[in-house]
Amino acid sequence: MSELEQLRQEAEQLRNQIRDARKACNDSSLSQITAGLDSVGRIQMRTRRTLRGHLAKIYAMQWATDSRLLVSASQDGKLIIWDSYSTNKIHAIPLRSSWVMTCAYAPSGSYAACGGLDNICSIYSLKTREGNVRVTRELSGHTGYLSCCRFLDDSQIVTSSGDTTCALWDIETGQQTTTFTGHTGDVMSLSLSPDSRTFVSGACDASSKLWDIRDGMCRQSFTGHVSDINAVIFFPNGNAFTTGSDDATCRLFDLRADQELMMYSHDNINCGITSVAFSKSGRLLLAGYDDFNCNVWDTLKGERAGVLAGHDNRVSCLGISSDGMALATGSWDSFLRIWN
Amino acid sequence: MSSKMVGSNNLAHARRMVQQLRVEASIERIKVSKASADLMRYCGENAKYDPLLMGIPASENPFKDKKPCTIL
Repeated sequence: MSELEQLRQEAEQLRNQIRDARKACNDSSLSQITAGLDSVGRIQMRTRRTLRGHLAKIYAMQWATDSRLLVSASQDGKLIIWDSYSTNKIHAIPLRSSWVMTCAYAPSGSYAACGGLDNICSIYSLKTREGNVRVTRELSGHTGYLSCCRFLDDSQIVTSSGDTTCALWDIETGQQTTTFTGHTGDVMSLSLSPDSRTFVSGACDASSKLWDIRDGMCRQSFTGHVSDINAVIFFPNGNAFTTGSDDATCRLFDLRADQELMMYSHDNINCGITSVAFSKSGRLLLAGYDDFNCNVWDTLKGERAGVLAGHDNRVSCLGISSDGMALATGSWDSFLRIWN
Repeated sequence: MSSKMVGSNNLAHARRMVQQLRVEASIERIKVSKASADLMRYCGENAKYDPLLMGIPASENPFKDKKPCTIL
């Protein structure tokens, strides 16, 4: 037998081993364990603020850690920093490339980042001595579009790309410290773990992967979705994560059980999910859809608890502030809405 | 590209694939019942700190509706 044939056989055996090990742990289901739990009841939220100012589709947003400011990116070629309490625009930053697909706010509040079809992650300093906002770094190296970026701190950022890789960058030197390879399709989204030691990625190969930030290794891979994964978010305690996909479902995967625990879907829902977020306790899962709505799911029981209607086009991004007080949604209708 | 190069690429790829699968196969797993119970406990312990779940009294809501000002 050739070495290639031996390796193929070993791969097949290992895949069966993983499948059997997961099955051996599959002694119950999240639904069964939570059968006796009170349902969350009807969750109703109202739009408290509408942030107007972008002139084209909004593609991405992220809250600042102060739970008050947030950054949004639109294909009108602007990054806007908003004060969500007053709806005032703190900064309106013109971008070198208007084809932006992602943006991020550094935990310190001192930097923002964005990128898209230019394949570059641009870092903006928000607190320069002169009082203006300027590009301090352009991180280039990806050979495909930048789909998502998340700051670890002021000097490190993780990116995901249409070139099927993710990367950890040293912002100071502009170099990739670590490259994360393994996906066989465009990586669309990433989420950092609460302890910042790992992150999960979701890709167009319908799989999600858990990566060790320090050594670059893929520790676990999860399948189940039948189409592109567009969004991924960690559960608050770091032991699980949820994905949203073009297959019209969200799925909850547990890291320690190494398998899918719940699927969030409904016969009436036939469009893709663009974005996902958890409420502070993790009990509520918020998901943005192509059909202009946001659905609120009971994470533990798998039931839909509410619908947020209000946008006039696809909900492209959403996020919950770190104090858990508000949900922000961004849409192709060019507006952001703050709900609670 | 000669068929020899393609052949060695396939071999390198297969080796990497097996190496990765070994890593993923070797992890320790816990039962779904325990993982589920732990998630349920976390949600229960933190429910009272979750404004969107519990509801927010108007007096504590930084986003409460702005009331129009009256000039007296």
